[in-house]
Amino acid sequence: MTLSKRNILSLSLTDKRLARLLGGCALLAALVVVLILGFLLGESWPVLHHAPLTHFFTDASWHPTQHLYNVMPMLTATLLSSLGALLLAGPLGIASGLFMHYYAPPRLAGVYRRLIELLAGIPSVVYGFWGLVTLAPLVGRLHPPGVSLLTAILVLALMVLPTVALIADAALAAIPAAYLRGAAALGLSRWGMIAGVALPAARTGLVSGLLLATGRALGETMAVLMVAGNAVQQPHSLFDSVRTLTANIALEMAYAMGDHRAALFVSGLALMLLVLILVGMADVFQRKATYA
Amino acid sequence: MLKNRLATVLIWLSAALICAVFVCLLADMLRNGLPRLSWSFLSQAPSDAGRAGGIAPIIVSTGLIVLVAVSAAAPLSLATAILLSEFSSPNSRFCQVIERSLEVLAGVPSIVFGLFGNAFFCIYLGLGFSILSGGLTLACMALPIMINTATVGLRSAPDDYRLCAAALGMSRGAALLHLLLPAAAPAIIAGLMLGIARAGAETAALIFTSGYVDRMPDTLMDSGRALSVHIYDLAMNVAGGDANAYASALVLVVLLLIINSLASSLTQHWLRNRIMTS
Repeated sequence: MTLSKRNILSLSLTDKRLARLLGGCALLAALVVVLILGFLLGESWPVLHHAPLTHFFTDASWHPTQHLYNVMPMLTATLLSSLGALLLAGPLGIASGLFMHYYAPPRLAGVYRRLIELLAGIPSVVYGFWGLVTLAPLVGRLHPPGVSLLTAILVLALMVLPTVALIADAALAAIPAAYLRGAAALGLSRWGMIAGVALPAARTGLVSGLLLATGRALGETMAVLMVAGNAVQQPHSLFDSVRTLTANIALEMAYAMGDHRAALFVSGLALMLLVLILVGMADVFQRKATYA
Repeated sequence: MLKNRLATVLIWLSAALICAVFVCLLADMLRNGLPRLSWSFLSQAPSDAGRAGGIAPIIVSTGLIVLVAVSAAAPLSLATAILLSEFSSPNSRFCQVIERSLEVLAGVPSIVFGLFGNAFFCIYLGLGFSILSGGLTLACMALPIMINTATVGLRSAPDDYRLCAAALGMSRGAALLHLLLPAAAPAIIAGLMLGIARAGAETAALIFTSGYVDRMPDTLMDSGRALSVHIYDLAMNVAGGDANAYASALVLVVLLLIINSLASSLTQHWLRNRIMTS
């Protein structure tokens, strides 16, 4: 390899070759998304092209063997469990961020941050297992059978909490110190400073954290699959057994054939589009944060 | 004033609640998992659908799947990171398209990766239910986090290095090889670790790509059961498998904790050095 070159203003030939090679690799990495979308579309095409989309909302029920593909109960379960998880994990996660920055002594804050990071590293199947053997019996004592929408919400909340907490932590750390000093100089109380200065200043970061957490909750499979009970029905109470879109794919892919398989790919496509929208929104918010 | 007090109490309470739940979870894992854990558990094959015996073939399969994932994803992500940080300006169109697509990739749910892996690697490429298809699926999943960490590491290497290299007439390739990559090595390795952790924790993407078979794999084309899939199977499909599920979960959690804390201590150590030298 040549270590030196004569003209330092333009890339040497080897560097040009290297750049082209790297460009090819990067393109390959970027193409994975296109490939995923393409294969999802290709596999779901058999159902999409000979039946209108309304099919998935107006059929009598989800009975793939009789060509009935109503995904509404599953869609409802997915949305409800994610919403519930967000309602629980959102405030708790933001409170954790505030705790680390404005309440805990520095050493405790460090330990707490470590703990949240550990929590973020625990795999979803372990959360699901723990929910199944510990949480579900507890909920079952309240109202049998225990595996229910409520259990799913609790486990999901525990899972997305670290995401919210760590992003809230980063957003709060990015607030200019001058803002906080100004608030202190005005003699605001601690909560006054948080509610009046810190939270509004970190607003965009917090919202994008919540959006990312929602994306995680919507896409989570294992934890929900293990604790939600998996009966296909519209939930009428928190204690009803439900099946989410993701759990449905995991349960039925093993034996699905033909149109049934295609219908599962359609639900995968729908999930991916939902998550894409959320990521896009989070992105817009983050962009606003950098230019504000 | 009352509001201030109330907020203080509520925030301390929520932090305490989170700590309590976490301690509960860990204590539960340790209490139920440790008694089963022994050398023979780690070195024996499972018997009676996993109720008895150990997890040796499952650990080997997990290791192979992660190895395939990392060896496919690492070169690709390193190349992409170098391109993003050294060979294109962050504002260029190409760069932004790649970064956007990686952002989207990071958000794709794992079950969708499973569907894709099944359709593409298992059926379209004809790899079947095998460790290879599982590993390649996980490689796609681990790409965004590995690229991201390596890019951040390379971008935060001081510009002095680049200027000095240019002043000495070094080619870009040489500057990378001798200066920038060594400087960013801890970040690149941390990215690798995070990718390994992401791959090791995955379940949903593996069920339909690497399969359920719990025998010792002979080649990469054999189906192999990952540790996380083993936990799922024992908990959901095998009555009376809870004790072994606990022990397997403990093994998985401990492995992931070690990898994650290695990654975070690497980045922290590296940051401290950076601050001291600059």
